Amino acid sequence: MKITFPYMGTSHIAFKYLIESLGHQAIVPPKPSKRTLSLGTQHSPEFACLPFKLLMGNYLEAIEQGAELIITSGGIGPCRAGYYGVLHQKLLEDMGYPTRMLVFESPFRYPLDFFKKVKAVLAPNKIGWLEFLGHYKRAWRKLQILDEVEAATYDLRPFEVHKGETTKIFNHCLTLIDDAAARDEMEQVREESLVLLRGIALDRSRKPLKIGIIGEIYVVLEPFANFDLQVTLGEMGVITQRTIYLAGWAKENSSWDGEKEVKEAAKPYLKEMIGGHGINSVGDTVHYARRGFHGVVQLAPFTCIPEIVAKGILNKVSQDMAIPVMTVFLDEQTGKAGVQTRLEAFVDLLAQKRERMEEMAI
Amino acid sequence: MKGFLGIDVGSVSTNVVVLTENGEIAAHLYIRTRGQPIRAVQEGLRQIEAMLPADVEIAGVGTTGSARNLTAVLVGADTVKNEITAHAVAASFLVPEAKTILEIGGQDSKIILLRDGVVIDFAMNTVCAAGTGSFLDQQASRLNIPIEEFGDLALQASNSVRIAGRCSVFAESDMIHKQQLGHNLTEIIAGLCEALVRNYLNNVGKGKEILAPVVFQGGVAANVGIKEAFQKALGMEVIVPKYFSVMGAVGAALLAKDQVSKSGRTNFKGFAASDLAYKAGSFECKGCPNLCEVIEIYQDNQVIARWGDRCGKWENLAV
Repeated sequence: MKITFPYMGTSHIAFKYLIESLGHQAIVPPKPSKRTLSLGTQHSPEFACLPFKLLMGNYLEAIEQGAELIITSGGIGPCRAGYYGVLHQKLLEDMGYPTRMLVFESPFRYPLDFFKKVKAVLAPNKIGWLEFLGHYKRAWRKLQILDEVEAATYDLRPFEVHKGETTKIFNHCLTLIDDAAARDEMEQVREESLVLLRGIALDRSRKPLKIGIIGEIYVVLEPFANFDLQVTLGEMGVITQRTIYLAGWAKENSSWDGEKEVKEAAKPYLKEMIGGHGINSVGDTVHYARRGFHGVVQLAPFTCIPEIVAKGILNKVSQDMAIPVMTVFLDEQTGKAGVQTRLEAFVDLLAQKRERMEEMAI
Repeated sequence: MKGFLGIDVGSVSTNVVVLTENGEIAAHLYIRTRGQPIRAVQEGLRQIEAMLPADVEIAGVGTTGSARNLTAVLVGADTVKNEITAHAVAASFLVPEAKTILEIGGQDSKIILLRDGVVIDFAMNTVCAAGTGSFLDQQASRLNIPIEEFGDLALQASNSVRIAGRCSVFAESDMIHKQQLGHNLTEIIAGLCEALVRNYLNNVGKGKEILAPVVFQGGVAANVGIKEAFQKALGMEVIVPKYFSVMGAVGAALLAKDQVSKSGRTNFKGFAASDLAYKAGSFECKGCPNLCEVIEIYQDNQVIARWGDRCGKWENLAV
């Protein structure tokens, strides 16, 4: 079967690996581009958010390449993304495409549904559950390595002597990770990637600002949707961190235990689940403030309810904890100048604030 | 006498200021960009040169505004700064006690919060026009009223008609409907001013602590109707500084002065830059799926700068 899936950041490398391990042909959709956006906007409801439109465009591009099945995720809680899979399927049907769609929901909530869907993917090539588990674990490991290597670049880029070098090496690491098939190869490639990154010429005398990135998962993960925010900030000399990674890299490698602590941190401000990553945006901001970050950038698709609710609450968090928060709403615009201007101004603000704090400390 | 040149090239206007060493404004200029930033910059240089006393020598240049990078290449700038910072720098220099800056330009509107002269927070409109100057411009020309008289007309109204302020397109149709019903023009204009202010405070001003003294600047501050609507909505006095329309340029000049005091030299190409033949072109790079739109700037048919690509392939190319 020719199987495709949503393109988000670097995750396609792991998804492709899993699908191929299961004996199918993986159709990796092209990296989202202006064409994806135009196609997606043309065939989506006007009021849908940017992630819906980019996914729609990506599905259509994958179908052009012969995709027969689309695998995607559903979702729970009051965010409309939970219905996106169903709606995408209906729109594709209306356009006359025979492409089917498998929408995976949480295995803990709907175990039966989950197993049935996995079985549909395994059955054609007669793959047993045990074998599947092995493939799945390896793909998961690949995803973790991708996240770990990516996260490392955000710490290094602000120090790089030659602008663009980190990005160049990171892209090379991605091909290495993509090519690694067996488990021990993956570990080797991980090691090699980290060594390559450590080899970048750095100017450690710089004192970069630190900015936490929060917001809706798709626009946080996909650089095309957020004007390459983390790389842009890195090249402006800012260390960025985010807690949203597909493999929960942050959960294992940071000081807090993902979801539980985020909810705990958000509690004084927000007790309800508001869908999407709304509660994370609030909780993470509290964490970033406690960890001495200088500022937070919130990324949200235009009309995203969870992030709009979070934005309202973040005003209070920002005041209470003296951490500036800037929200960037993302929609169809592809002109980067507007975002660039806001980022530059935000970084100026943070630098001035730090300078004044240091003066006061003396 | 040393002078510092500040150039702010925005969507609607191009502003040029020359600041003396003592921080006085020796000359200032506000002209329309008319979608041709290169021509506007060259025209601005020509005009400001003619306005300057003969003994002024330009010792530094700063650029800001949405065409700041382009302008920097044309004139040889010492600093290139975003307009939010430039506006804040100017306001804290000219109105040192300012705590809140309301800034409405041609295509953007922003709020800047200052405490003790330092920016502590700001917000800028993102996907909504939020009552910017271009819209007022359009409405003035639709109603056949010179934009300069727009605000005074609003003040003549004894009442205001409610206009929907969220979206400029629907604001326009709301205005047309009210006109067709027979409402008085001055009342509609007053209503529009209130709608824009309402939208501004609800959009960029949302959740921001607006403390006096409040400074209102940017091209739209020329509109006394909007100023009045702000005073009414905020219940406090709103100050429009003397050089409200060229504050970005003042900020750029101040930043240039600061930079040159550190570097000791200027990159200014001289006023002769207004006579060079500049040309801009663009192409779509097919190197990868990003399909970046790369801009090329030519001086006398030679490429002197390129930008717009994400990977740096063109930007870093020696030209």
